[in-house]
Amino acid sequence: MLSTVFAGIELKNPTVLASGILGTNAELLLRAANSGAGAVTMKSVGPKERQGHNNPTVAVWEHGLLNAVGLPSPGYKEIEEEFELLKKSPVPVIASIYGANVSEFVEVAKAIAEKKPAMVEVNISCPNSEMHGQLFGCHADSGASVISAVKKEIGEIPLIAKLTPQALNISEIAKACEAAGADAICAINTVQGMLINIEAHKPVLHFKKGGISGPAIRPIAVRCIWDIFEAVKIPIIGLGGVSNGRDAIELMQAGATAIGIGSGIYYQGTGVFKKVCEEMQEWMKANSYKSVKELVGIAHE
Amino acid sequence: MSDLPKICRIKKIVQETQSIRTFFLGIEIKAIPGQFVMAWLPGIDEKPFTLTAAGKEIAITVQERGKFTKALFAMKEGDSIGIRGPYGNGFDFKGVKKACIVAGGCGAAPVLLLAQELKKKKIGLKIILGARTGSECLFKKNLGKTGGLYITTDDGSEGEKGFTTTTLEKLLQKEKFDCVFACGPEIMLSKVFEICEKHKIKCQLNLERFMKCGGMGICGQCAINEWLVCRDGPVFRNEQLQKMPEFGKFARLKSTKKVSLQEYAQWRQ
Repeated sequence: MLSTVFAGIELKNPTVLASGILGTNAELLLRAANSGAGAVTMKSVGPKERQGHNNPTVAVWEHGLLNAVGLPSPGYKEIEEEFELLKKSPVPVIASIYGANVSEFVEVAKAIAEKKPAMVEVNISCPNSEMHGQLFGCHADSGASVISAVKKEIGEIPLIAKLTPQALNISEIAKACEAAGADAICAINTVQGMLINIEAHKPVLHFKKGGISGPAIRPIAVRCIWDIFEAVKIPIIGLGGVSNGRDAIELMQAGATAIGIGSGIYYQGTGVFKKVCEEMQEWMKANSYKSVKELVGIAHE
Repeated sequence: MSDLPKICRIKKIVQETQSIRTFFLGIEIKAIPGQFVMAWLPGIDEKPFTLTAAGKEIAITVQERGKFTKALFAMKEGDSIGIRGPYGNGFDFKGVKKACIVAGGCGAAPVLLLAQELKKKKIGLKIILGARTGSECLFKKNLGKTGGLYITTDDGSEGEKGFTTTTLEKLLQKEKFDCVFACGPEIMLSKVFEICEKHKIKCQLNLERFMKCGGMGICGQCAINEWLVCRDGPVFRNEQLQKMPEFGKFARLKSTKKVSLQEYAQWRQ
């Protein structure tokens, strides 16, 4: 009922652990996998060791989370051991990469491709770093240049372009990525925001601005997925504020083939995957659907 | 369901040892012994601290080390800091009739509330408190009021010269405990674990790792194998420790790079 195929990769269910959540080591990824995730994404890895920002890096407010962890990474040279342990993964493992320019993306992609992950997510949309990501993700030309350069390095491995909702026209970016060789789209990355503690009269996050995730951004995700679905043929991982089965089905009806879960881990723990899957199944039974594949994009009909 | 830091005033500062102070804070937090809060100095950083008092007023006990703690030590009574929490699981003493606490150095802080709670519940308690030297024995008086206290120091300036774990071994030869609770340097904790396994005694160890999201269990920074110290811990039991190859051996730097415990300890100094 829940099994599906995403960019040629078979998934036992459409839930995917989003990048940047838990993915710092292989064991946590395996824990998410063993808790019911259909696929898991490693934390975005960059060309060299990077500390990320000082704390507070995450703030929980009434309607979601705000984070500026700042892409900490040991660098791709240091994660050999994790790939080794991930060979035991019962579900597909997605590697996620970032860089400050095309040549950094290429350098990381080349090394990561040798480890043969099931898919490679190209993070052209992180809002929390001075020079990484968002620049590429906001412009069709620069986004496409990263995607085509990375695609050359990773060859047959499916490439997922992770997009920011901050782009003026996300469907244009998605189209440019598809034309540049992307096999899939992941949408959306976090939405830039800020919180101020009024007693301290200071921003709550040390980096001041951060990315909003969680329930607050679900309608933004639905709109973006809707637009992308109309613009491209490649499949979409819908990501943004999913913590129950109904949320997941909503994103699928907008056009997502798979469903990313990130902040849902904060709200529900690692049990979130099983819960979302069970609730999806219940809803599908009650509404006479036999396969999740039938749900993709049906709100467009 | 907001969980943002709340600004509160420093009500009282107590000098515990030459380098350690307790900050009493005007904020109400109910907590289980062993739980922690995140303390925020706006513009500087946010760090986890175990609670050494909870209820109408809370307290954190801090050793002066780096940029954050130096800034905190420069603050006076009446100044404000941000607090969110409590987080983590805390110690569980359900069914425990006789307990032993092993605390090394700053590790006395997370067990103080536990010792006081055990005393309140009239649970038999022996405490082994270790420090480099006599003047650094944290919470000697407070812990002494809760049960039989054994002190060990590296230089022999107070109590017995040697390690807490040697005293634990000796104690276990003549007494039985339902549980050993411990906090301190991980090298000590891994020895405590080894001893408890040998004697088939339950133990609960309060572990430490560098934290970022601090209590939310999402960023993965404080991972030890498949566990998150901030949400699954900070207190771990035998069954978990048995399947935790990184315990006593590896930890992660701010970049999440995995390094030896020695390299991690040097960085944390």
